[in-house]
Amino acid sequence: MIDFEPSEEQALIIETVHQFAENEIRPRSRETDESGVPPQALLAAAHELGLVANGLPEAMGGGGARSALTGALIAEELGWGDMALALAILSPGLVGFPVADHGAESLRRRVLPGLLGPSFVPGSLALVEPRFDFDVFHPKTTARRDGDAYRIDGLKCHVPWLAGGRHVVVIACESEGTGSGAAGPLAAFVVERDAAGLRAEPEQNMGLCGLPTAELVLEGVRVPAESRLAASDADLRRLIDRGRIAIAATALGAARAAFEVARDYARQRETFGQPIATRQAIAFKLADMAIEIDGARLLVWEAAAALDAGAEAARQVRLAQDQTARVALVVADSAVQVFGGHGYIRDYLPEMSLRNLAGLASYEALALV
Amino acid sequence: MTIRFDLSEGSLRAQSHYRQVALDQMRPISRKYDLAEHALPREWVDYWWREGRFGAKGGAALANDGFVTICLQAEQLCWGDAGLYLRMPTPALGGSAVSAAGTKEQQAKFMAGFREVGGQPIWGAMAITEPHAGSDAAAIETTAEFDPATDEWILNGTKIFCTAGEGASTEPGGFVVVWATLDKAAGRAAIKSFVVPAGTPGMQLLGCEKKLGIRASDTATLRFENCRVPKDNLLGRAEVKKQEAAKAGEASSKDSSKDSSKDKGFKGAMATFDASRPIVAAMATGVGRAALEFLIEELARQGVVIRYDAPPRERTAIEKDVIEMEADLQAARLLTWRAAWMMNKGRPNNLEASMAKAKAGLAVTKITQKAVQILGPLGHSRKLLVEKWMRDAKINDIYEGTQQINQLIVARRILDYSSAVLR
Repeated sequence: MIDFEPSEEQALIIETVHQFAENEIRPRSRETDESGVPPQALLAAAHELGLVANGLPEAMGGGGARSALTGALIAEELGWGDMALALAILSPGLVGFPVADHGAESLRRRVLPGLLGPSFVPGSLALVEPRFDFDVFHPKTTARRDGDAYRIDGLKCHVPWLAGGRHVVVIACESEGTGSGAAGPLAAFVVERDAAGLRAEPEQNMGLCGLPTAELVLEGVRVPAESRLAASDADLRRLIDRGRIAIAATALGAARAAFEVARDYARQRETFGQPIATRQAIAFKLADMAIEIDGARLLVWEAAAALDAGAEAARQVRLAQDQTARVALVVADSAVQVFGGHGYIRDYLPEMSLRNLAGLASYEALALV
Repeated sequence: MTIRFDLSEGSLRAQSHYRQVALDQMRPISRKYDLAEHALPREWVDYWWREGRFGAKGGAALANDGFVTICLQAEQLCWGDAGLYLRMPTPALGGSAVSAAGTKEQQAKFMAGFREVGGQPIWGAMAITEPHAGSDAAAIETTAEFDPATDEWILNGTKIFCTAGEGASTEPGGFVVVWATLDKAAGRAAIKSFVVPAGTPGMQLLGCEKKLGIRASDTATLRFENCRVPKDNLLGRAEVKKQEAAKAGEASSKDSSKDSSKDKGFKGAMATFDASRPIVAAMATGVGRAALEFLIEELARQGVVIRYDAPPRERTAIEKDVIEMEADLQAARLLTWRAAWMMNKGRPNNLEASMAKAKAGLAVTKITQKAVQILGPLGHSRKLLVEKWMRDAKINDIYEGTQQINQLIVARRILDYSSAVLR
């Protein structure tokens, strides 16, 4: 029966993650955005919470509690702290979940223990390609069978590339011929970050500056057949949908943070002897922000619940992803507007919210739950 | 307890039952009573009185998800026809007021007629708005004066925009709940509500409004001229509390759950909106879904199938619009169900009820207008119902609190401002 209340366990997780976000993440949000380097101590502390490990299989030493919905609850709180750091903290899942779900036993034994060890090991997923007409289900990166190995060629961007990572999951189209632009099924490969033919060039982006990302050039990268995930096209689509929900939830958390600072600022800032929040022009804007955030969150939850139930969820994910992208940008922009001139200044959160939340549609697969 | 979106068996049964009712009983006469404005939709009214009001066969008793089920019913029936929904012989908002603020005796007395099997259909209604005071309900000028000689209240004033006001004021057994002030100088604290039974001398039906949409609904103007009702027809207490007069009302009321609303006068009356706004939001969702479903089906008939997995750059303008309409509609629906679910839990839902109403009212206004726009001549033609749904949808962003009133309530809640601070 319909219910909007997190379970006791979920409520505890939300509380724990929120406190971590408030005490550890938010205070380092601005400095990380400026430096572009997430503090190792913070990543280590987050690792100890076991947020990703909790979703990995028990047989490998994980918690075995995989849930898109619980993942969305976690992602929102982390994103509330800081979106870039949230994605850095969640990055081990980019390798961990695809391998756990679809990796051969030998691959699981090779990859998962590292992610579940005592220290933080980041993960990477290479999906997005640097073209305006990028189609997530038809990447131009190709994988060709070559004896008992595959040869991967292509160009990827927005690939999380934190220091200390060992593996990157590369999504490609399987190709028979030799021409470019293969139209085969989606395929995923676990590639060593130091593989021959793989070059990572650090990116400079408008937003998410606290998350190191790279453009990956793959030129004749050879990977053994064993490194291919036994995931069908449909499996990978579901995996991508889980990523969309994770990103949407993270963005909602970031939007909520922007809303909250705008709300608090509007209560303090005075014009003509009155707090600007007492003016309907500002108050109604804040009301709309609150309504839209709640509406988008319920869409995210509903899609996550459908994913957890194993139901066909592509349409619900599409609605949730689109609505969140739209809402997050409007909320961030509204927060800047409420702050007025101060919204443009890097001393305050809203300008970062706007940089982080614009272009959300290109953030495919920066997180997985 | 956990977050989940599957409906209970009872809810699902009600959902499919009322969809069938909408299809069989409402859609076939939808255009007829849009054109025959103000005419009594006899076949619908009789069906509802005879059969419809008893619910799904086997009696779908309202379980602990009762408010969600009520919202599903409202959505399905307004998917059928919003005007006919408003014309159903039910206690409607008058009943909500009696349930929220009335004593057991009052509830038994005034609601009895609605539980009777057989007989003639009757209606309940609520009369708040006056020609010069709508959203600012505290500014009403209809007066109630006590006559100790006869132990009666004497009502004087004019009410407009009274939904179901024709049936409720004229068909014996029904009633109108009328808001009136005991003392204009005392502000909202002096505003009380009175049950005026249909046919009471001094209550006169002046006529019904000609409207943009929901034309099957009788939106009445009622005049009260020395209209006398017994002392016990007052809902709540007669005292005018001074502290209530001093404090801000409406959205500043922190304890607006249905359980704590008795004897709170103006605040108590306002609290009935926390129950009615999710229902109006559900009604809105029904009209919006009617238009959106038709649009998608019509596009499919023309060979245009919405691709949910097309990359953003390849989406057509129509696909982009339809996906946005679907997302807005579903967000409105989920906000509505959340507010209704909170009602079931007995939790204060003033904020969530207004969020649902604000979102749904605006969403379906845009959705139905966009449907007309996309369908072009088909959208504009009276041969189809799309243009009617556009006209019907708009009222949802106006009644039971306009978009702006609901924004105001949400803003006060999130800012923790009273109505005196944020006006």
